[in-house]
Order: sequence, then C-alpha cells, then structure tokens
Amino acid sequence: MTYVLIIISAIFVNNIVLSQFLGICPFLGVSKRISTAIGMTGAVTFVMVIATIVTYLVQKLILDPYSIGYLQTISFILIIAALVQLVEIILKKVSPPLYQALGVFLPLITTNCAILGVAIMTILKDYNLIKAVVFSASTAVGFGLALVLFAGIREQLDLVDLPKGMKGTPIALIVAGLLALAFMGFAGLA
Amino acid sequence: MNNLKTFTNGLIKENPIFTLLLGMCPTLGVTSSATNGLGMGLATAFVLIMSNLVVALIKNLIPDKVRIPSFIVVIATFVTIVEMTMQAYVPSLFESLGLFIPLIVVNCIVLGRAEAFASKNNPISSILDGAGMGIGFTLGLVILGATREFLGSGKIFNANIYPEDFGMLVFVLAPGAFIALGFLIAIINKMKQTA
Repeated sequence: MTYVLIIISAIFVNNIVLSQFLGICPFLGVSKRISTAIGMTGAVTFVMVIATIVTYLVQKLILDPYSIGYLQTISFILIIAALVQLVEIILKKVSPPLYQALGVFLPLITTNCAILGVAIMTILKDYNLIKAVVFSASTAVGFGLALVLFAGIREQLDLVDLPKGMKGTPIALIVAGLLALAFMGFAGLA
Repeated sequence: MNNLKTFTNGLIKENPIFTLLLGMCPTLGVTSSATNGLGMGLATAFVLIMSNLVVALIKNLIPDKVRIPSFIVVIATFVTIVEMTMQAYVPSLFESLGLFIPLIVVNCIVLGRAEAFASKNNPISSILDGAGMGIGFTLGLVILGATREFLGSGKIFNANIYPEDFGMLVFVLAPGAFIALGFLIAIINKMKQTA
C-alpha cells in the first residue's frame, strides 16, 4: 500500500515538473516535438534510477558512517556527472540502437536538476533502498508524462495565431501554468 | 568603459531570466514571495561571483578535457559554503528555500558563465560579469516574487497593500508561477519591440 501511495504521489500529486519545479530546463527545451520528448524521458528514467541507487549507497555507506554529510552536494553532483559519462560509454558498446535513441540527450542530463533533486529528496525522506527505487522510477514517469503532454500541446501551438510578444516562450509558460492547474486537481488523491 | 559594459550586460540586455531563460527551476520554485526571491538571488549571486573569480584564476592550470568537472567542483564548494552559512545565520530562509539551495550547483547560469566568460577572461572582468549576472538574476527573482506576492496575497515584502482576502491564491501556488512569468516575459518582449 505504501508503494502504491509513493507511485501515485510521485506521478500525479507531487509531479516533479508541475508542482516541484525541478527539471524545467529540459521541460521547456526539448518539448517542441513528441518524439524528442519521449527520447528525453527514456534517458532521464534510466539515469535517475541508477543515480538514485548509487547516491543512496554512497550516503549510507560512506557519508553517514564517517559523518561527512556536508560533502553531500559535491559528492552527489560528481557521482551524477561521472555516471552520465559511464552510461554513455556502456550504452555505446552494449546497445547501439538504444544509444542512437538516447545518445544526444545524455550529456544534457548532468545539469538536469531533477536528477540531483530526486537524489537529495530520497535522503531527506529517509526511504529504504526499495522505496528509493520505486520513488525515483515513478518520479521519472511523472516527468515523462508532463513532458509528453506538454510537447503534444506545443506541436499544436505552432498553428495558433498569437500577438507577437506572446509567441514562443511566454505562451509556452502560460500553457505550462494551465497544465499545472489541471494537475492540482489530483491533490485530493493522496 | 569596457568593464562597465561587462557589468551592465547582465542587468538588462542579457538578463538571465527574462532574456536568456536560464536558471528556470529556482526562478519558478522559490518566488512565492519577494523575500524568498531576494534571498535566493543573493545566494546565487555570491556563488556566481566567487566561482567566476576562482575559475578565471585557475583556468590555465586545468587541462582542457577535465574542464567541466573541475568547474563543477569549484561551484559545489561555494554552494556548500552558502548552504552552511544560511543554515547558521538565517535558518528561516534556509527552511523556505529548502532543496533549492543545494540545487544552485546545477543552475545553468553559474556553469554557463564559468564556461562562456570566466574561462576566457581575466579575474577582474570575470568578477564584474558575475556581479552583473548575479544582480540581474536577483532583480528578475524579486520582480517575479513581488508580482506573485502582490497578486496572490496583497503584500510586497510582507507589507500589506490590500486585504489578503481579495488575493488570488493561485499566484502563490505552482500554476501561478508559470503564468506570471509567461506574462512578464510577454510584457518585456512587447517593450523591446516598441523601444
């Protein structure tokens, strides 16, 4: 039951993009086409789950026992940066088709605040390892859901006749606001 | 003259929030009030100035290939300093900014300026660039924070302007952040076209 709650809360109620404001850069940056949005979602899911597991283990096995918690920010961001490189190299070798699909998005992920944000949140919420995995995976699904929905709307936005000043980013932000308003309706679920 | 230009560049012409659209996560996340915006802006400005200075000083010592990771370590060091200082001296601000303080590390503006400006220029103009960008970012956060606070609860910097009951609560919540920023950018675009 707790797992169901974690999943629903991470996907709908506390959606990472629309109510926590993490990962806005890729949300605005790669949401012009549905296909790129799906590619980005794949890459983020992959890295987010692995990064959460590794940072969790580092926190519990290294930072906590030696009480050097103040190194959290530095060590986590380095782990994520190294991990992204590693995933890129391994994917290139092991699964070229997957690399083809996710390759261009991987370098962008290092500066995606959603990854570091989820890693830190997992520690703050004091989850165990299984809950951490469930939490990070469903957060990534929530990210994907918001991204794909938004990309679908933005594809249509190209055809709309708008005042000059509203074109591009302003209207995209307002659309995101309306989407966030819709997601607020899920608040009663948790 | 040139130095002055470096400094004012970040304030208006290349304002990180309204023109470059960098650092959107903290922009939207912490601006539920003008005070929070100011705190976040100053913290980011400090990190920007210090990391620009250090990067400009050590740029010749770092091999090109490990450039980015080294920059990130420099930035993360200053973020940790800010985090600990805030926790010690302004715990209430630390509470309300929460997760977004460690996330200054992944703020694209900081790494962006280190890579695009400080790694190519001397320390003095790097400091000025960092200060200009930092103040421009702070300005943007305060404007957005004040707008949201005013529309949402009838206050600016906690000073009552009109009764709170008439406020539109949605502007303090998540959707209002997107909508308010969207309209602010549209207004600025419009002003640029007519100017």
